[in-house]
Amino acid sequence: MTGSTMAGRPAPERIAYWQALDSGRLLLMAAAATLVIAAFAAIAVDGHLHSAHHPFDWAPPLVFGGFIAFGELLRLALPGGREAAPIAMVGAMSYALLLALPGHEIGRQSALLVIAVAAIGMTVGALPHIAAGRPAGVTGICARIVAVACVAAIFRPLASDFVHRPWELAFSIMVLLVFLGWLIDTVIAALIRADDVGARFGVAMLDEIRLQWPLGLAVGASVIITVFSTKTLGLGVLGVFAGPLLVTQVAFRRYAGIRATYLQTVRSLARVTEVAGYVETGHSRRVSRLAVSVGRGLGMAEPDLLALEYAALMHDIGQLSLPDPIPGGATVLVSAADQDRIAADGADVIREAGVLDHVADLVRCQSWPAHGHDPAPPLGSMIIRAANAFDDMVGGSTDRDRSAAALDHLRFDPREYDGRVVEALAEVAGRRVPSRL
Amino acid sequence: MVSRAAWLYIVLVAAATGALVAVAYRTQAHLRMPILDLVVLQVLFLVCDFAKTPLTSRQTKWSPSSAATLAAVVLLGPVAAALVGAASLISPRRRLLIAERLFNGAMHALSGLAAGLTYVALKGPLGLPKSAEFRPLLIAFAVAATVHVLANQTLIWGIYRLNRGSGMLRREGLESSLLLLLASDLGYACLGLVIAALWPIMGWFSAVLVLVPLFVARWAMGQFAEQQRAYAATMNALCQAVETKDFYTRGHGDRVSRGAVMIARQIRMNSDRTEAIRFAGMLHDVGKLGVPTQVLQKTGALTEDEYAAIQLHPMRGLEIVREIGFLYEALNGIMHHHERIDGCGYPMGLAGHEIPEFARVIAVADAFDSMTSTRSYREAKSIEQAIDELRRGAGSQFDPLVVEAFIAALDVTEWILPGPATAPADLTVVTVQDHDDPTAPLQVVIP
Repeated sequence: MTGSTMAGRPAPERIAYWQALDSGRLLLMAAAATLVIAAFAAIAVDGHLHSAHHPFDWAPPLVFGGFIAFGELLRLALPGGREAAPIAMVGAMSYALLLALPGHEIGRQSALLVIAVAAIGMTVGALPHIAAGRPAGVTGICARIVAVACVAAIFRPLASDFVHRPWELAFSIMVLLVFLGWLIDTVIAALIRADDVGARFGVAMLDEIRLQWPLGLAVGASVIITVFSTKTLGLGVLGVFAGPLLVTQVAFRRYAGIRATYLQTVRSLARVTEVAGYVETGHSRRVSRLAVSVGRGLGMAEPDLLALEYAALMHDIGQLSLPDPIPGGATVLVSAADQDRIAADGADVIREAGVLDHVADLVRCQSWPAHGHDPAPPLGSMIIRAANAFDDMVGGSTDRDRSAAALDHLRFDPREYDGRVVEALAEVAGRRVPSRL
Repeated sequence: MVSRAAWLYIVLVAAATGALVAVAYRTQAHLRMPILDLVVLQVLFLVCDFAKTPLTSRQTKWSPSSAATLAAVVLLGPVAAALVGAASLISPRRRLLIAERLFNGAMHALSGLAAGLTYVALKGPLGLPKSAEFRPLLIAFAVAATVHVLANQTLIWGIYRLNRGSGMLRREGLESSLLLLLASDLGYACLGLVIAALWPIMGWFSAVLVLVPLFVARWAMGQFAEQQRAYAATMNALCQAVETKDFYTRGHGDRVSRGAVMIARQIRMNSDRTEAIRFAGMLHDVGKLGVPTQVLQKTGALTEDEYAAIQLHPMRGLEIVREIGFLYEALNGIMHHHERIDGCGYPMGLAGHEIPEFARVIAVADAFDSMTSTRSYREAKSIEQAIDELRRGAGSQFDPLVVEAFIAALDVTEWILPGPATAPADLTVVTVQDHDDPTAPLQVVIP
């Protein structure tokens, strides 16, 4: 191994926000902006707020707008770097589906007013995030506005028809519309994510559904509860209902928090092999990053990717049982028998935890050749094997020739390294090289 | 299982509840009580009760069943609220002792009755709620919900005290999670009002609708607990892997972690900090991996460079764990666990209260475990001998308060000694010096 890792890696350059925008995000923002501008324009031109026989009632838009802003303030980080604003969504969707309020005119607000209130509420709620230096979350806001706009556009014209009908009718329509809103939000999130991380849309959609449905269910039920309970008791119920919503949100937050700590811990502790001099600095992290990208390219779903990430981070942990570090730490250079022992020892360590057996299996099988071994290794193990060999040869270098030579080496050995995996790796490696010219 | 005092307490509470409900029934006899609505709320109560979830990793359980009781307070009055609470007598949860059933039934009935009477006393409107009465309803409901939560917690607190001794509360870290418990109880108590608000429109179906977000919250809490268990197990496994390098120090991290937690509870750290010190104790020596094995296993005096390499291990440890989202304090504890009160420690030579509290705690547990473990160059000391050594070092090496706290904690909790160290036959190199052992300082060649 040559020591090219420490020097010569360019620091990631900071790029302006607008430069990071891809076409998908741009399209989404354009759609949301159009809706919002149209709403404001129509309200301004129409004089919609003040008509002669109906003095405008400010209380509902103010209360719902405040509720939405509050929810936007309390955004929720979900596993995988996602962000949701369930309470804001409850506020906006309830305003879109509002039936009637006691003592007020029957839910008279138009879809345009719903869009305007949602947009203002979400913007106001995002301001503290911006002030605190956190991301503004424009993409999420736009997705929510589009979803709410669709639901409002369908329901608002019908709303007054439902007030004096049996509640079951309104209830069933609302269930459908709440589901529609959730679906729109989720499809947008999946599109954006597929674009961001280079996953296939189908896989990304399934990942989003798997992750979002419990929260979606809670939001949907809460919207319907809000709509019907405000019909009896008025806007004050919103304040009462904020209590249980908050507790639910705390539960989700703790869940996401412990998952993040878990990943950080494995990442950090996987570095013990580096500190102890068994492997080169940054090796486990680079291998895990490569492996996850390759796995995503091959269409693996998120739970499998998480297992793959853990396994790749810990793939060298078996080396701790060696009395002395392998020179240079490159497992690709030691005999097959030693590689197999390292894999087996590592798997034993991980199996000790009792909860990560699937990860242990991936680590165990990383020393098996891709073809001709019985039983055949799982895909994750083949990916780790190839990514590990690639990184042992290339290290942190981003030199094109070097990675091309390493890839040729892997291609040359189709029994050891799976062809599909190597091609996916080649694609990832090609993307990885930052063009400096 | 249930002490005699606890039985007496349970019977007293049950008898008082029965009498009070009977009296209340006579004074409130004019109230209409539709039997179907009552049964629906009782079923809702039982479903919520069945779905009890652990709130933290330990004993505290959380149940949203108060929502059903409080809905009954508004819709049906105090006696109905007591009857809804009494439903926990027939809770479908298995493995409940008779005493537990009786106590739960009496407790929920009594707190339901108390909430109901408070509500009536404050002139809260009974029956299907109307928007015109929203303000008095809200005020009376808020007070009633608070009374309900407080009555519940007081009765539970009584049984804990009687049954497991007063030390229980503190040692289980219940005190600090109590606030969380109260907050979430009050949060879900609000749901009672929401059920009442939905009732005029959809009747019993409102109970079903309200269960949906409840079960989602329960799911998230369950996931949290599961992840937390997985996290602790993984951490343990990785720490063990780190320790495999040296036969004699196996289990050291785990024992130091336990010792640090014992001290933390004795000096009443809150549960977040206790949790952090548990991990800090486990990981305090992880930086030893960065010290070359030849140095750790060297026989005879160390050169100055080798000694410096050993002194660097707390920094190495910090380097490894820095990116974990720990409390800042845990990192400090790992970095400074070899500082001495008199300022002669390493890596920074801090003295007295400049040394972070976590580090002072870990230092004591660390030295104690080292002394009570077998080393290749000596047998393990007894606990008494080790305590004497700690006392001797108090004020110079250790913080006297921490030493005393540890000795007090050892009185209450048994220290689990490491198993007898019989080295496997193929073991060739072992550590012959232990940097943690205060009775045998490292030998350094003086140039």
